[in-house]
This record gives sequence, structure tokens and C-alpha cells, in this order.
Amino acid sequence: MVDPRVSIIDERMRGIDRIIAVSSGKGGVGKSLVAATLALTLAKKGFNVGLFDLDFTSPSTHIILGIEGVQPKEDKGIVPPMVHGIEYMSIVYYSHEHVSPLRGADVSNALIELLSITKWGKLDFLVIDMPPGIGDATLDVVRLIRNIEFLIVTTPSQLAFETVRKLASLLKELKIAVVGVVENMKMNNSKIIRQQTIELGLEFLEEIPYDLKVEEAIGNTNKLLYTTFAKKVENISNLLKSSKPK
Amino acid sequence: MHEWALAEAVISAASEIARKEDLKEVREVTIKVGELQQIEVDILEFALSQLKPAKFKNTKFSIELAKAELKCRACGYKWFFEKEKLDANTAEAIHFVPEIAHTYIKCPKCGSPDFEILQGRGVWLESIKGVKQEDG
Repeated sequence: MVDPRVSIIDERMRGIDRIIAVSSGKGGVGKSLVAATLALTLAKKGFNVGLFDLDFTSPSTHIILGIEGVQPKEDKGIVPPMVHGIEYMSIVYYSHEHVSPLRGADVSNALIELLSITKWGKLDFLVIDMPPGIGDATLDVVRLIRNIEFLIVTTPSQLAFETVRKLASLLKELKIAVVGVVENMKMNNSKIIRQQTIELGLEFLEEIPYDLKVEEAIGNTNKLLYTTFAKKVENISNLLKSSKPK
Repeated sequence: MHEWALAEAVISAASEIARKEDLKEVREVTIKVGELQQIEVDILEFALSQLKPAKFKNTKFSIELAKAELKCRACGYKWFFEKEKLDANTAEAIHFVPEIAHTYIKCPKCGSPDFEILQGRGVWLESIKGVKQEDG
């Protein structure tokens, strides 16, 4: 017996140039903020961008971007609505404000379902906001999405960086490209994370200072784009553009 | 799952199998669909008829529905999914992403959302029959 859904995923992703999974081994490092702001800054530069929130049990990019009152359209599948210049897809269109308590196998099934029904347009970038940890979602995107690349977010804490090592090691073993590492919520001038990233053979993309203004900009993209946080993320989007020219 | 997206997936998967098995013509494809997917069989049949390539010109698509049986992990109670008990928006959400059932459905006995789907979730190509190239 064959699950036919899996065979259509390649076709669904065919029009997308680069697929970047914003990931981290630990929660609370600012992964969703980086993913949402990266999608925003790339769209601001004129790229065709999609954002896919894969954190099914705790989606938050819709809150960061202030997205409400929109639903995907049905057209021989599901067409994500365009919000703030981004084709935006999230399970929240179906779960709304309710909790979605999903076990690993359910996460895999929901992921396969959404990948097989979502009809993205022609995109330069699809940014994926991954759930925290190195579990089903990580293994599934690696298995199901051809040419996926990872962007790893950490904080200055060695507790967070320890999971960067583990994730990087897994991705190396699976021969999956890593765009680089972003150090978020930086509160001093330490270069330790930068050094450790380079020692791992990965590119250190940016250090982002802890920015108190971000919290008050949540839900308001105009405000968000004026924060120091967004300026730093914009630097990452400049690197992404040049690292793999079309 | 959306019927048109499913039809496209079925054709894609069946074409891949036909290619691997070296079939010049596909006679019959049997598809098993879990009830939780809430597929409208008429729409799926129509979509298949519109999307099928030449190799599937005379293919009979048999669609079998499997009842969705759920089992509570907390108290062990088993029950069947009943679409009629859901409001239209909830039924539609589960149609698009069946795992959303965990958001809206609770064990009728103890109220836990922690249940497993024993059967009736997913879509499977049960069998594919055709004529091999060398069969003439």
C-alpha cells in the first residue's frame, strides 16, 4: 500500500527556489521571530516569499505578523493568502485559538497533508518556522522536502548552543545544507558563539542584540521592521540573496 | 483532504508505480480513503476523470471508504467518528487537515483529547492492475 500524498509534494514545491527551515534544538530562542521577520524583510526587497508555520502545537508567526481574518482559498487544493507581501500558511487557519495536542505520528500526518494540499505560487524563498527540538518535524522535512536548507538560531547560552552542535551533526550526517547560525538575544560582546560556530565549520550569519522594542512591536509589522532586531535580520536576508544567486 | 489535491496525488503515485512496473496501460486502481478525510466520492471521481493521462484512459478507479474508529488513550473507550455531530466549520477543518480532529473531538466518556485513530485516517493506493509492456 502506498500513501499517494507523498508523491505530489515534489510537484507542490517545484516553483520554489530556496526553502529555508528556521530551526533550533531549544525553544524560546526567538526562532519564530527570526522566521517571520526574515520572510518580511525578504518580501520588502521584492522577492516572492512564502512563510509556513510548522510549529503545529504552538504556532505563533500569525501573532507576530498580526494576521487575522484571512483564510486560504480553495482552488484544486489550498492557496495560501497573501499577507504583508507573504504567502502565509499555518495550521491556525483550521485550529484557530484552540489547542492542538498532537503526538509525533499526528505531526507527521498533518505535515504530509499540508505539504500535499498547499499550492504555493512561484517563490524565491519559502521560510519555514520549525517547532523546537530535533524530532518528527525535523526528520520529516528532511525526508519530504528536496533541497531544504537549515538556518539555526541560538542564544548566547551554552545550553542552547549544545543543541546547535547536535542539530548540525545530524544535518551533516544527512548531507543537508546549513545556511548558518544566528545568535539571538545577545547581551554582551562575547565572541564565544561566533568562534564555536566557526569551529563547527558553519557560517556565523549575525548577532542580534536583545531588543526590548520587539515585544511591543508584536502584531504590528511596521513597528517590527523599525526595530534593531529587524535591521539585523535584514542583514541575514542580504546574505541569503548573495549566497546562492539565481 | 481536498479532493482535487488527492486526485492529483493518486494519479502521480499510480503513474510512478506504472512506470516502475513497466505497465503500458492501467486497468484498475483501488483507493482506500479514511472516513476522517470526509472525501466527497463524486468530486474525487470527477477530478480523477479530468486529470488522468493517456495511460489511464480506460482505468476503473475503485474508491473504498474506511470507517474512522477512535480509541481514547486515557480511558480506553472506543468510538466511531460521526461527521453529523460536528458543526460545518469544524467538519471542514478536519476535512482539510484530519489531525485537527485532536483540536475539536474529545473522548465521549472521559473528555480527553488524547485519542488514537485506530482506522479510517489517511489515503492509500490499495492496488493497481494493468497490462505490462511485453504482454502486447
